[in-house]
Amino acid sequence: MEPALFWEYIIKSGILLLGMTGGFAYLTYYERKALSRLQSRIGPNRAGPWGLLQPIADAVKLIFKEELIPTSANKLLFILAPVITVIPALIITAVIPWGRPIHLFGRDINLFIADINVGVLYITAVASIAVYGIVLAGWSSNNKYAMMGGLRATAQMVSYELALALAFVAPVILAGSMSTVDIVEKQVAMGEPWGAAFGFILGLLRWNLSMPLGFLIFFIASTAEINRSPFDMPEAEQELTAGYHVEYSGMKFALFFMAEYIKMIAVSMIAATLYLGGYNGPWMEQLPILGPVYLFVKVFLLLFLLIWVRGTLPRFRYDQLMAFGWKFLFPLALLNVVIVSIVVALGG
Amino acid sequence: MYETTEVTLDELKHLVSNRALEGDTVLLNMGPQHPSTHGVLRVLLELDGEVVVNCVPDVGFLHTGIEKNMEAKLWEQAAVMTDRLDYLNTTGNGLAYCLAIERLAELEVPPRAQAIRVILVELQRIASHLVWLGTHGLDLGALSMFLYCFREREAILDILELCSGQRMMATFFRPGGLWRDVPADFELAVRRFLREFPRRVDQYEALLTKNPIFMNRTKKIGVISAEDALNWGLTGPTLRGSGPKYDLRKVQPYSGYEQYDFEVPTGTHGDVYDRYQVRMEEMRQSMRIVQQALDMLPYGPVRSDDRKYVPPPRAELGTSMEAVIHHFKLWTEGFNLPKGSVYSPVESPRGELGVYLESDGGPKPLRVHWRTPSFIHLQALPVLSRGHLVADLVGIIGSIDIVLGDSDR
Repeated sequence: MEPALFWEYIIKSGILLLGMTGGFAYLTYYERKALSRLQSRIGPNRAGPWGLLQPIADAVKLIFKEELIPTSANKLLFILAPVITVIPALIITAVIPWGRPIHLFGRDINLFIADINVGVLYITAVASIAVYGIVLAGWSSNNKYAMMGGLRATAQMVSYELALALAFVAPVILAGSMSTVDIVEKQVAMGEPWGAAFGFILGLLRWNLSMPLGFLIFFIASTAEINRSPFDMPEAEQELTAGYHVEYSGMKFALFFMAEYIKMIAVSMIAATLYLGGYNGPWMEQLPILGPVYLFVKVFLLLFLLIWVRGTLPRFRYDQLMAFGWKFLFPLALLNVVIVSIVVALGG
Repeated sequence: MYETTEVTLDELKHLVSNRALEGDTVLLNMGPQHPSTHGVLRVLLELDGEVVVNCVPDVGFLHTGIEKNMEAKLWEQAAVMTDRLDYLNTTGNGLAYCLAIERLAELEVPPRAQAIRVILVELQRIASHLVWLGTHGLDLGALSMFLYCFREREAILDILELCSGQRMMATFFRPGGLWRDVPADFELAVRRFLREFPRRVDQYEALLTKNPIFMNRTKKIGVISAEDALNWGLTGPTLRGSGPKYDLRKVQPYSGYEQYDFEVPTGTHGDVYDRYQVRMEEMRQSMRIVQQALDMLPYGPVRSDDRKYVPPPRAELGTSMEAVIHHFKLWTEGFNLPKGSVYSPVESPRGELGVYLESDGGPKPLRVHWRTPSFIHLQALPVLSRGHLVADLVGIIGSIDIVLGDSDR
């Protein structure tokens, strides 16, 4: 490997990791502000102008908190569990393209870390690892509430995972490739007849009308995947007093918190890539640098959707989620795959 | 005088099934510092997976000794303690206590005082139901409800503050009437609230009533038949959710409730959802009562002029020797109630709130006993929650609307 390429990878990975962790910090701020507006409150406004330094204040607080490990806990797993939860959340976005290749410092630089030909499979595989962290955290804490949270996470995973996988299958069939770059480019190609300014709208319409239920199923299943309200049973504050992370404090708790919010960003990026045209937008051809901006806007809107849902809906019960996942979401996802297959077979 | 008995572990083992002792089921201690036990209720749960096999409510963590404390106070002084019982129904507690004294002393309460009492008690009922709705929503994960409801409750507390200077512990009702007349902007403030509030209730209903997740979480949960509910001594909305149309304001009107036109909503299934609907409708009915009471609010005195029990107005002290004597007597040794006992129940937001007074003819109560709905309703919690999941249990606790200050007195 030539040194320049090596540095390119290091720098891109650094940007992604810093972007995700910084994004996490400001996502908490974004959520608090948006949620507070939904709930007729003001939200954080003390630390810095408009409360902008609140995430930093929180980070400082959490770093200096005492880290407790229960004496009866399984220490190795107790320490390992937050790590297992946070790492998949950080690496899952490696295959998400942020834009077209740009020409910089005399080199063509691809705006993704890796374009592997099984990109979608990579996403599903990595996404499933995170639940081990939650289950192990629940088990190793030796706390009954945490244990129940871990058990709920397991029950939850088996109920949404199939529907989620099928929601991944539909775009793959449509694009004829498992590479995320190919999937986005296919959406760009679909919109070409309408030109540079409105092409992305046509692409969006043609893409999503070919699999009418896809986005909805993906959104619901991925909300369950990241334990967001209304599927936040593993940590249900009002039932399990925080569930799997009840015994965690300080930075170890922060890691769980971080994993949850980074996963929010990650699934929003995945949803934008697979269903909303990724980095595609008006005048992409002329100004490739707009790609990351469009992706950011889409992620921002999807995150608002997640926050909005949290501010509106009550929580499911975990057996109801299982029934919902198996009896409703799974058949619907199968139907979606059938529809997209027919569309591909007829339209070619 | 009192003996404490040692309780050994063996004596407590009958509370759980044999399966728990063999390690087949899990014992989980929920509370007293659990977020969904509405204060400091402790529930010992026996769980099979997440299914509640048995639950043992353990009350007493908020014990204040108010009943005993009241015995050490003059009749009128003890009225201050009533606010501290059920802190979401402060005026209602005061009403029950004042009605009991008025019954024993055969005191007449002027119509204006009665109407203002009704307005404040009904507003308090709305405020209490708002706290219930907010916390119930929060228990089921609808966290915005909590903030919306508290925003509206604030308006009611402002009205109480306007009248008495206190938001919660108003002690506005005194034996024989009110502490003083309401200020001039009282009517305006209440009307403003009445104008705004119906829209808000509709908004809450839009968020929850037809929400499929909410319906899944509440329908067929915590079911109790009408017969069982009566046998367990349930009252108020918790009973009416099962069907019986038993409301003390209708069956045994007090404080002029017979003049007002209002419905008593009832449910049919006796589940959490029906109890929810009953309380939502009750808020609307309470608004109707407040509206009517405000429209026909008579003018006149707000306190009885029976100087045996009610101190004279301050202005009279300068001109009347008799007034000075009454003032001195009432503020030094209080009044003596006739020997006897009385039980006076009112319809609190939670159910039948009764106060039993025993007087030996002296200036202090010989015995005060409160029949509080929260305490009685908690007995039924094991019956309601058996066979349901932990997630349902928090909904069930929310649906019987307990206030621990009401339970442990």
